[in-house]
Amino acid sequence: MADAVPPAALLEVEGLTKRFGDRLAVAGCSLRIDEGEIVVIIGPSGCGKTTFLRCINRLEAPSAGSVTLRGEAIGGRWRDGAWHAYTEGELARQRRRIGFVFQRFNLFNHLSALDNVAIGPHRVLGRPLAEARRIAIGQLERVFLGEHLEKRPAQLSGGQQQRVAIARCLAMTPELMLFDEPTSALDPELVGEVLEVMKGLAQERMTMIVVTHEMGFARQVADRVIFMDAGSFIEEAPPEPFFSAPREERTRRFLSRLLR
Amino acid sequence: MTLDWSIIREAIPLLAQGVVATVKISVLAIVFGTVAGFLLGLGSFSGLRPVRWFVRAYVDFVRGTPLLVQVFLVYFALPVVGINLSEFWAGVAALSFNAAGFIAEIVRANIEAIDRGQTEAARSIGMTPRQVLAFILLPQIFRPVLPPLTNELITLVKGSSLLSVISVYELTRAGQAIISVHFVPFEIYALIALYYYVLISALAWLSRALERRLHVA
Repeated sequence: MADAVPPAALLEVEGLTKRFGDRLAVAGCSLRIDEGEIVVIIGPSGCGKTTFLRCINRLEAPSAGSVTLRGEAIGGRWRDGAWHAYTEGELARQRRRIGFVFQRFNLFNHLSALDNVAIGPHRVLGRPLAEARRIAIGQLERVFLGEHLEKRPAQLSGGQQQRVAIARCLAMTPELMLFDEPTSALDPELVGEVLEVMKGLAQERMTMIVVTHEMGFARQVADRVIFMDAGSFIEEAPPEPFFSAPREERTRRFLSRLLR
Repeated sequence: MTLDWSIIREAIPLLAQGVVATVKISVLAIVFGTVAGFLLGLGSFSGLRPVRWFVRAYVDFVRGTPLLVQVFLVYFALPVVGINLSEFWAGVAALSFNAAGFIAEIVRANIEAIDRGQTEAARSIGMTPRQVLAFILLPQIFRPVLPPLTNELITLVKGSSLLSVISVYELTRAGQAIISVHFVPFEIYALIALYYYVLISALAWLSRALERRLHVA
């Protein structure tokens, strides 16, 4: 599409702030991501990474700041100079555009792998069940689980469950995917299969924000790496300079602790 | 001690009429009470504060007052506000109101026991709160809810004996009528106990069969 103005960023986060009581979890973080970009956020536990992600799709309501997806404000709208927050029902329509992968998978325990993935297209997007299941089979094959369609979450390994969770997001054809430490709850030997799937998505240029401790993944896949500490973005750079020559003292200390 | 067998033979068919009434009342109250209980239980997750507040107050009242008093209240209070029910329907209403309060608590507790992560995942793929309840939470409570629900329904069947005080001609009342004529309290109450025991055993058996079926599904 020919357009006179330069294309807007896919996602724009401005001064995002989240307080829990008097604790400041996220202290005015801003981020701009273009379509197809992959951003990895690293940082010590409790630094606000997870809260930052959860504020983007409004699982958590931010205390201040704005999130804009393709020019559309997330979480409410401006009318007559005043901000009107959306209700949960209205938020639901925006959330379906953003995939979220949880640390603990959070699959629906009463449903097979197939129906865990099909329920979104069927119930949320209103596709007929047969079509929703076809979509689900396609997405489960994409994460190499075509053999396990009928299994319940309890019958799957952690790595398989996390891949079902990724397929569940993909079935909604999200414009953006958020990963909240997707491999932290996995046994070490299962981490690889999940990272492989994520690398596949990266090659297809899925726009992603990934919170992780997997430095190898960050180095190999990220366009930008952000170091977060005490609720703020401390340093942001492409992976090569970020890992080989971090500018900030705090980043250096964190990386050296990780590599030790 | 000798039992008066002739009275027992005579009482068995008479009490059977009472049993029919007790079964009718129980089945109706089980249906109404369970439906209302589930609705109230879901109401405690409503986005509307007045709805949550109403459920809270309702449950508190039902738990905080004796069933016998609730039966009298329904029977004597409803006509005051212009609702005239027969003894039978007043009895069904009182038992249903009572059971609904306890079932609401059972439903609420079982929904809260499902880990929050599933609700968050459902919200994150764009489900509305209503869809989360209908497609994620409700289907997962049917099995765990069954044992406590069965307990509550057993209590309900037993509670139906209190309706004798508003002269509903159910099992206990039927027995008392025989006793007042023949004065054989031991034989008749033993028989009444046996009838209740069989009824409740049947209910318990039904619940276990249902539980097994849900287990397979």
